[in-house]
Amino acid sequence: MLKLEARPDASKTMSVMSPVIALAITVVIGTILFMMLGKDPVRGLYVFFVEPLKSVYALTELAVKATPLILIALGLAVCFRSNVWNIGAEGQFIVGGIAAAGVAMTADKETGRWIVALVLLAGVFGGMAWAGIVAFLRDRFNANEILVSLMLVYVADQFLGYMVYGPWKDPAGFNFPQTITFLKSTNVPKLFTGFRVNIGLIIALLAVAAFWVLLFRTYAGFQLQVGGLAPAAARYAGFSSRRALWTALLLSGGMAGLAGALEVAGPLGQLTPYVPAGYGFAAIIVAYVGRLHPVGIVFSGVLMSMFYIGGELAQSRLGLPKSLTGVFQGLLLFTLLACDTLIHYRIRWQAARPAPKTTSIVASANTATTGKGA
Amino acid sequence: MESFALLLAATLNAGTVLAFAALGLLINERAGIVNLGAEGMMLVAAVAGYATAVHTGSDWIAFAGGAAAGALLAAAFGVLVIWLNTNQYATGLALSLFGAGFSAFVGIRYTQEKLTERPRFEVPYLSDIPFIGPALFKQHPMVYIAIALTVALAWFLYRSRAGLVLRSIGESPESAHALGYPVRRIRLMAVMVGGALCGVSGAYISVVYTPLWVEGMVAGKGWIALALTTFATWRPARVLLGAYLFGGVTMLQFHLQGEGVQIPSQFLTMMPYLATIVVLVLISRNATFIRVNMPASIGKPFFPGS
Repeated sequence: MLKLEARPDASKTMSVMSPVIALAITVVIGTILFMMLGKDPVRGLYVFFVEPLKSVYALTELAVKATPLILIALGLAVCFRSNVWNIGAEGQFIVGGIAAAGVAMTADKETGRWIVALVLLAGVFGGMAWAGIVAFLRDRFNANEILVSLMLVYVADQFLGYMVYGPWKDPAGFNFPQTITFLKSTNVPKLFTGFRVNIGLIIALLAVAAFWVLLFRTYAGFQLQVGGLAPAAARYAGFSSRRALWTALLLSGGMAGLAGALEVAGPLGQLTPYVPAGYGFAAIIVAYVGRLHPVGIVFSGVLMSMFYIGGELAQSRLGLPKSLTGVFQGLLLFTLLACDTLIHYRIRWQAARPAPKTTSIVASANTATTGKGA
Repeated sequence: MESFALLLAATLNAGTVLAFAALGLLINERAGIVNLGAEGMMLVAAVAGYATAVHTGSDWIAFAGGAAAGALLAAAFGVLVIWLNTNQYATGLALSLFGAGFSAFVGIRYTQEKLTERPRFEVPYLSDIPFIGPALFKQHPMVYIAIALTVALAWFLYRSRAGLVLRSIGESPESAHALGYPVRRIRLMAVMVGGALCGVSGAYISVVYTPLWVEGMVAGKGWIALALTTFATWRPARVLLGAYLFGGVTMLQFHLQGEGVQIPSQFLTMMPYLATIVVLVLISRNATFIRVNMPASIGKPFFPGS
């Protein structure tokens, strides 16, 4: 019988290897899935893992989708590390986008490029405000942040619908539910002409550095993490759990809002009902697969972006539904969590029935010595 | 008056959806397990149920299909959280994300399918009573089964030995383990029964309530059901009451839209979600009250030292 045995210390190797093993298992399941659907699995995997890396254009598109994922996941990593369960980043992303659009639409022909800064700032504040509701209700009324943050996703989605079908609908838009196309001056500057990738990528990479410093080099980051790992110890040390709650939620809300603003004033260039693309939920997976570590999140963000592009390609090239992306994303998180068990436990083979008493003592003595040796 | 009877009938119907899921989650949480995967299980069960109904033409086999799908996913979740000690919140979330993707993927060919019209069920004699007859006694049999299930579950939890064991595991798995109860196996069973009930709820949505299959059609009902268990302070009768209350809010929204009330439809659609938040705030305000009523081991892993 297989048995789990607690490791004396958490395994650092396993902590890094676990996402790799999880990805391998997901690929194996994916291969089986392709075969069951009657598609060539080699072609299927090619579309997901090679095609998105093949050309310069493909690489820039990879960056376009990785940018919001990384930005949101950074904030969520702080949340999850401090044991605050914000799963409504999608809603904060939407509200950030709406706020950014509000500012972008005030621009006229004379407006200078400085307005981009305001657009992005509006996004940050929009996301913060939306997450702030969660923090307030948790702090003041003890309302479960998981459910509140998730309910607010549906509310934000409906609010977006109201804006684009109602007051903000483009009068010259043939009655389509969308705002006017924002003026050029409000668009987030692109990095290279001819490609969609913009300075959001630079912002994301700077944010990675900033979050690394915050988490591992500041006292505030230390306090947040202690609060998550050992609430009792944090209380004893006098670290405020309320401050941790607010910091984590405002930070993650702000990041999600920023991602929303970059999306709306970047690749989209207007507000439509299709602003929410699931980045807020996918970023939860990005945060976990990246080990809640800023640098890890860069890798997992790119990986998840590959899943997105692979899904689109699978639709156009293989005639498979785009939702394949969601299947693989969900599977990856599921297998990752299972593999993470290996960080704290190792698998041992043990006889199904307990052995006679004398041998069992010898056996336990043996495991004790090997345990020390390992 | 006529429209009020219709509203009442629709409320019972919508409440039934929530009742099955929330009663299932109640069983989970009474055993100390929170399954945030409810939404995902319901989505997959909705597809499974719909596909079964399309192919077999039987609602009852469809409910069984939905239950099986829910139980299967719940089993995967259960093995992870109970034996591999993974974080319950994260694992449930993974299940919800997977379920959303998987159901959309599998369901794509059923978006065009239609179910044949079902004969309406009527309780003999009682349905002829004016006003309340049509409202209360011309419902799908599952509406009455939900009520029966609530009574049965209340009896099971508070009057049977097995229910006592289940509750004791939810309060203190360590003590139950010390008394010799197979804590992990019982927890898995509770999780699977809970999953099956979420599955029934999902299948009811796609086969009876809507009836059709659209991607993401559960539309947060799984999450609302999760909030309902807290709202009901983990008591079956209150779960049913809460389910009807939320069913009422959902239906009031359609009702108002139908009456031509001058509120943008998006704000009306927000109502059930906002109501959930309001209710959570009201009930959670008193932290001690919640702590006293909540199964003590909820969300915490249990790893029996060998």
